[in-house]
Amino acid sequence: MLPAAVEAMVEVMGQVGNASSLHTSGRAARRLVEESRELVAEALGARPSEIVFTSGGTEADNLALAGVLDARRCADPRRARLVVSEVEHHAVIDTVEHLTRHDKAQVTWVGCDATGLVDAAALAEAIGGPASAADVALVSVMWANNEVGTVMPVAQLAQVAKAAGIPFHTDAVQAVGQVEVDFAASGADLLSVSGHKVGGPTGIGALVVGRDVAVTPRSFGGGQERQIRSGTLAVASIVGFATAIRHTVAEQATAARRLTALRDRLIHGATQVPGVAVSGPWTPGDWTTRLAGCAHLTVEHCAGDSLLYLLDAAGIECSTGSACQAGVPRPSHVLLAMGMPAERARGALRVTLGHTSTDAEVDAFLAALPGAVERAQRAEAATWRTAAT
Amino acid sequence: MRVVAAMSGGVDSAVAAARMVDAGHEVIGVHLALNRQAATLRESARGCCTLEDAADARRVADLVGIPFYVWDLSAAFEQEVVEDFVAEYARGRTPNPCIRCNEKVKFAALLDRALALGFDAVATGHYARIAEGPHGRQLHRAHDRAKDQSYVLGVLDARQLAATELPLGDSTKDEVRADAAARGLAVARKPDSHDICFIPDGDTRRFLATRLELRPGPVVGLDGAVVGEHDGVVGFTVGQRHGLRLSRPAADGRPRYVVQVRPDDATVVVGPREALLVTALTAGQPRWCGPAPRGPVRLGAQIRAHGEEVPAVVTVGRGAVEVTFDAPLTGVARGQSVVLYDGTRVVGSATIDATRAPAAEDGPTSPTGPASSTGPASPTGPASDTE
Repeated sequence: MLPAAVEAMVEVMGQVGNASSLHTSGRAARRLVEESRELVAEALGARPSEIVFTSGGTEADNLALAGVLDARRCADPRRARLVVSEVEHHAVIDTVEHLTRHDKAQVTWVGCDATGLVDAAALAEAIGGPASAADVALVSVMWANNEVGTVMPVAQLAQVAKAAGIPFHTDAVQAVGQVEVDFAASGADLLSVSGHKVGGPTGIGALVVGRDVAVTPRSFGGGQERQIRSGTLAVASIVGFATAIRHTVAEQATAARRLTALRDRLIHGATQVPGVAVSGPWTPGDWTTRLAGCAHLTVEHCAGDSLLYLLDAAGIECSTGSACQAGVPRPSHVLLAMGMPAERARGALRVTLGHTSTDAEVDAFLAALPGAVERAQRAEAATWRTAAT
Repeated sequence: MRVVAAMSGGVDSAVAAARMVDAGHEVIGVHLALNRQAATLRESARGCCTLEDAADARRVADLVGIPFYVWDLSAAFEQEVVEDFVAEYARGRTPNPCIRCNEKVKFAALLDRALALGFDAVATGHYARIAEGPHGRQLHRAHDRAKDQSYVLGVLDARQLAATELPLGDSTKDEVRADAAARGLAVARKPDSHDICFIPDGDTRRFLATRLELRPGPVVGLDGAVVGEHDGVVGFTVGQRHGLRLSRPAADGRPRYVVQVRPDDATVVVGPREALLVTALTAGQPRWCGPAPRGPVRLGAQIRAHGEEVPAVVTVGRGAVEVTFDAPLTGVARGQSVVLYDGTRVVGSATIDATRAPAAEDGPTSPTGPASSTGPASPTGPASDTE
């Protein structure tokens, strides 16, 4: 967490006040929330009234999908179909699966190319012609992929949805602070963002909801947040979130330039090791097609969990897939959607660079990698040799 | 020593890991992801290898202060344990998947991966003891005879034992639970699991029905007379008494047991308890812990996970072992393991292929004869290796 965000939160936590109350301390809290709302809106190119605070990116995704599906279907019962990319975060995919299983929704999954990119033509095809578009409730394609770092052509995708008369949601949790995210300019109708991904606290985030977009609430009560999301506001977390997003977005271009240099050196060095390849798009020096801090590698003939252990033992922290999968390693759905064979996807290594990452750390990683790869491949061969006897 | 502590999420492996740390070793905790179906991982509450178990194991690792990883050995487990389990039942046999898992996964795939990654040993929470002997390491029964799990480790050879640590061999289960409680481990009072881990609802027949085609057929008496019918022989176990759905009672009014399962003609043969008696067995795929015994030798034989050890004469032939019991016994099922003991020491083990009934004592052993095998009374049979 950014020190400025910690400081701002600590100060607020010392003051008591319910932002929904009318007394003095309540008014003070309300003012902090509204100032924060303005900061978040400004950072995202949105209007303050479009910011709906949530408990994080996951809740924002859930609310967007379920809330828009319900509202759109109430207006026209034919609209029961969701058009969603295959490479979404589980917060989107699992919500869609729930809605199709328990809420009589249908889904059309939109595929991607070998770099994880979802293009406008693929989306248009998934939506179909005007007759078929009439049954779509919502399109959802992420701004940038959280595993391989592919940045989607969001404005083009939003345009395709708009032309078909369908609202467009984008999960921008991974993108905000890494690339330029302008809600109004993108043409999106809804956008999810998370506090901890921009250097703020966990447990806070927002769904940006365009002013003319109807969302049926999922939680009911005091009617906070445009009646879309009831619940007493987490004032300190909101202040921490706003402080962080303002700082991170202001520093985005500077940070991206620095991280891109580190990323490029890491990818270049790593792919010199036999059997190691980069996944996703990679143009050295560019962070508009691949997130600056995202280096995703696959290593042939080995298990990502062995690599993880070996690099961890060398003092390097990485992960093999999405950190939300309760520690059980499975081939990533993103890599499989990119057409990678499951056997290759098992050897995935996600290296994420952030504001604390240094040149020395990249050097340490590159020094440790060849030995780790060699050893992990030997371990894999041993695993199968003995199992097969 | 650098040690991988296999952590199931239960109390035994938790204490085993903690004791390895106490002994001054450099330890990492590894939870094995064995089940391929992500859905089962999420939904299953029984058995082991659920997300809850992985979380319990992780919590223990955090408390003990060791790094924790989940290693995906589900492909090896599916191929070596689950497919073997199904194939054995399809042949009318009663496999013990826990033994197969120890032989092919825990002390093979896991152990060899650990060694290749630079570790010296794998530690588990099994109740058995390892001692140094003249020909290398020996495996012995646990100090707590009631909890002893040397039977399911009988497949380990000297090479595997050389890289195995069993820190619970001198403790009773109560002592292990007390140890866990004293360390503040939340799993101290976690109940033992007894199910087959990949059949969390305990319904072996239903699991097999998802993998094998069931063929209805007759239930016949020893004389060949049809006494009932069944939906499929799969899952019937020799020695089974319940769930036979016989259409008429036996002439003598005494209970009848499954005495033979014949997948070839989809027939289940039932008979009186005497028909389950066995005086000798032949077993294949022998694995010796140390040198194989020569010539006829008197050893103890155990034919079920929680069965009694009985005296027997053992002859070792080419790739097969013949075990002749001093007194006839019941409960011998083809596909189960016979583990041989010299005192408390495990000599070796083999998989039961055929049995001999008292009446046919002088004849050849027959894998298909009417009284060819008997098994545990429960259709979920292979009792557990797990905690």
